[in-house]
Amino acid sequence: MTNHYIDLKNTDCALIIGSNAAENHPMSFKWLTKAREERGARIISVDPRFTRTSAKADIYAPIRSGTDIAFIGGMINYILRNRMFNEAYVRKYTNAAFIIDDRYDFKDGIFSGYDSKSRKYSSDTWKYKTDSAGQPLKDETLQHPRTVFQLLKKHYSRYDIDTVCRITGTPKGVYMEIADTYAATGARGKAGTILYAMGATQHTVGSQNIRSYAMLQLLLGNIGVPGGGINALRGEANVQGSTDMALLFHLIPGYLNLPSAAPQYATLASYLETETPKTGYWSNKPKFMVSLLKAFWGPNATKDNEFAYQYLPKIDPQVNYSHISVFEALYEEKIKGMFCFGQNPVVGGPNANKEAKALGNLEWLVCVDLWETETSTFWTEKAGARPADIKTEVFLLPAASSVEKEGTVSNSGRWIQWRWKAIEPVNDAKSDGWIINSLFKRVKKLYENESSPAAAPIKHLLWDYGDSDEPDIDKVAREINGYNVFTGKQVPGFAKLSDDGSTCSGNWVFCGMYPEAGKNLSQRRDNTDEGGLGNCLNWSYSWPANRRILYNRCSADYEGRPWSDDSKLIWWDPAKGDILKGEKGKWVGLDVPDFNAVLAPAEPGGTNPFIMLPETVGGLFTTKMKEGPFPEHYEPWESPVNNSLSGVQLNPVVKVPKTAMNEQGSPDRFPIIGTTYRVSEHWQAGQMTRNLPWLAELFPDMFVEMSESLAKARGIKNGDKVVISCARGEITTYALVTKRFKPLLINGKQVEEVGLPWHFGYQGIATGEIANKLTPHIGDGNTMIPEYKAFLVDVRRAV
Amino acid sequence: MKCSRRGFLKLSGATGLGLVFGELGFDLEPVAAKVMDFKIKSARIVPTICPYCSCGCGILCYVENGKVINTEGDPDHPINRGSLCSKGSSLYQIANNERRLGKPLYRAPGSSKWETREWDWVMDRIAEKVKQTRDNTFISSQKVKDPQTGGDLEVTVNRTEGIACLGGAALDNEECYLLTKTMRSMGLVYLEHQARI
Repeated sequence: MTNHYIDLKNTDCALIIGSNAAENHPMSFKWLTKAREERGARIISVDPRFTRTSAKADIYAPIRSGTDIAFIGGMINYILRNRMFNEAYVRKYTNAAFIIDDRYDFKDGIFSGYDSKSRKYSSDTWKYKTDSAGQPLKDETLQHPRTVFQLLKKHYSRYDIDTVCRITGTPKGVYMEIADTYAATGARGKAGTILYAMGATQHTVGSQNIRSYAMLQLLLGNIGVPGGGINALRGEANVQGSTDMALLFHLIPGYLNLPSAAPQYATLASYLETETPKTGYWSNKPKFMVSLLKAFWGPNATKDNEFAYQYLPKIDPQVNYSHISVFEALYEEKIKGMFCFGQNPVVGGPNANKEAKALGNLEWLVCVDLWETETSTFWTEKAGARPADIKTEVFLLPAASSVEKEGTVSNSGRWIQWRWKAIEPVNDAKSDGWIINSLFKRVKKLYENESSPAAAPIKHLLWDYGDSDEPDIDKVAREINGYNVFTGKQVPGFAKLSDDGSTCSGNWVFCGMYPEAGKNLSQRRDNTDEGGLGNCLNWSYSWPANRRILYNRCSADYEGRPWSDDSKLIWWDPAKGDILKGEKGKWVGLDVPDFNAVLAPAEPGGTNPFIMLPETVGGLFTTKMKEGPFPEHYEPWESPVNNSLSGVQLNPVVKVPKTAMNEQGSPDRFPIIGTTYRVSEHWQAGQMTRNLPWLAELFPDMFVEMSESLAKARGIKNGDKVVISCARGEITTYALVTKRFKPLLINGKQVEEVGLPWHFGYQGIATGEIANKLTPHIGDGNTMIPEYKAFLVDVRRAV
Repeated sequence: MKCSRRGFLKLSGATGLGLVFGELGFDLEPVAAKVMDFKIKSARIVPTICPYCSCGCGILCYVENGKVINTEGDPDHPINRGSLCSKGSSLYQIANNERRLGKPLYRAPGSSKWETREWDWVMDRIAEKVKQTRDNTFISSQKVKDPQTGGDLEVTVNRTEGIACLGGAALDNEECYLLTKTMRSMGLVYLEHQARI
């Protein structure tokens, strides 16, 4: 989230798309309800199913799964045509005025630079036009036909309301009402927030879905203001933190890229040269990278050995190592051993039949969990396997629960909160920290007498968390923040990190959380809300630098005044500067400025709020996305209709899987759209809720939800056992016939959609079929997030 | 000493001492109902954060004789102000649950059953498996085309593609950090977790 949960109370309008916030992030609704009661805020729910969020909303619109870009593209077009955007914001705080290279083009669904053989783009033509000094050319009147603004307008002119509603299935009347209601947040001093979750990301165009939301927010001036923002409601208590800590193949902590085997990454110097932009805050990257290497390899990371840079693994640039690829490689017997820390891919992974089968190719599997999971028992008869045929050695290690250890978790709003230990681990359980520490110490010991290249990164790793197997978590927290390696003093904030090897920091975005000995700010519990916005600056710690609302320079106008009295967040105060230091004033207010705190609005860069981007303004046009500078609608891999907007059916850069056990379904055999969702009473792959008697009683079994018209057409009654089939397999479960799904009119054709909760499996008290047996192995063009949310099925009564 | 819960938690938060709750015997009025007052009167109160979704709601654990005897929403927590959803309200049943695993379990190749093992045995065996697999699959360098010279360039890569590691969203930040640090030092590149899916 750019903003945070309590800040939702400051909104004038919430657009909830790809999220069922009322059920899956209930506390968000506490604050949205307050916004409605106290500010008259409107709540909009866009969802294929009429959820409890929809029931609480002022306006509900149905949408066909996988058509968000068409939906949002139509709104962008409507807002531009009717000049409902926030002109002052767009002119200065975004790259709308930048002029684009003459070679940039877009024709019939394809941008310039496409190579159909490799299914890749060259971004050579997606560039700013520059002057002789290399500075981007601009036209702040936004009239030049090659400005980002005019190209944007042209691109989305094709997204007229009739076309968009034919694609999305949204009735025109309600679509117009949403466009008008949400566009009203473009007025000066008004704020609109967008809330999304996995309903938005789990598509072959997932990244561009989110980008389209962010662009809409930039056009309406909704980023960096109280009650605004682009807000991912993340699914797990610490999935924000685990992302920050880079448990992802392509990253190392603090959003630094893991190097790959390529000449430009051969040395630390060339890595830093390649990865460090000349402008924007990321120009400090060498300080973050060297401090990370010092945290990893301590005294063994020296200037002479490139701070142990060569100890980091380098990925093969030709290979993708993401979740789907892990299981494709496993299926092909390329991976021999695997750890699963609290993850249950046999339920939660896409194409679960294939993922379960692939596990049998492992020589060894280590599962760390509180319970028996479907993954740790994939070899049992209960799982439908023949144990004698499966040669995998399996370890199931009992893990401590969250109240049986101490440490921090980061919520979606980036609040890093400490959890105190309540009790010792139950039974013979151990914390994950214990298990990792114990494992590493043993592996290190095995390499003790070796001097091979393979031994060095392990032998030389800084590993100093106490003598017991339970690591000293306070010490780990101090290392993550970072300290001066000579004095041992904590680094007070990331601005003080250095690239000369004098500081270490395990994750620069956390630097500042533990600024001095004995002062762990994640433990703060002062809930005073100065100013009444809900920022609670003395409660826990929010990265970066305890900022609660990112890009908050945008909350003030060019001169540094809040856009309105009602929307005060930070502002420029000429009286507050330290004259002795030559300061002309200071940014002050109700949040930590996301900006140079003494840079006056009139100075160069004083109106450039997006300091993490090289341009330092918001990117309505970007070179960073693999599909092109503007989001374009393409159909899901399995879709019941042809693309109405171009001749390109599928996202042209996704990797098309042509592997075993991953057949593509066609609409003639599988005419119904399938999607998955969550319920309030269960969580993720289910092991943390299906084993709890209270929750199992509340939600005891699996079902498939369908419309009355589909049920009637197939002779199905509520509660009947039905078979849901797709090209990759089928499952049997109960029918839940409701008015919450309604057939949609897509391009003149009536299309049905069904929904399946994906929490169930065969372990635990509440059991049921695994919905993900139906989902495919195909991922988003940028991230490889699987397309869980739109696939094709058929439904029949079970005999 | 008598102080309000808010004042008390502030005090212990400021000193970094979270584990002495209840020793000062603070007054629970006026939030708790009388009947709850009796049950949890002598319990130690430990604040935690809900382990389910990402709202980050505060929960208070009431602990007595090393057991969690009650959990409830933390009224001082600014996000949830004492309220919880069905999952957060069930935290008590994670700490008190007969289905929780006991000792480490081991399944031998081809076997149809679990066997109970001691921690030392499983951790030693896993460490050996890791070393064996890593040594068999370790790549220390790779030849790549150098566009500058047109020739080959030998790049140090120090990686293994023989071991994968999944998971982490349910771990604490400090544990995630240790996991990243461990796995990268061992050269893992198949390092993924729930955020990808």
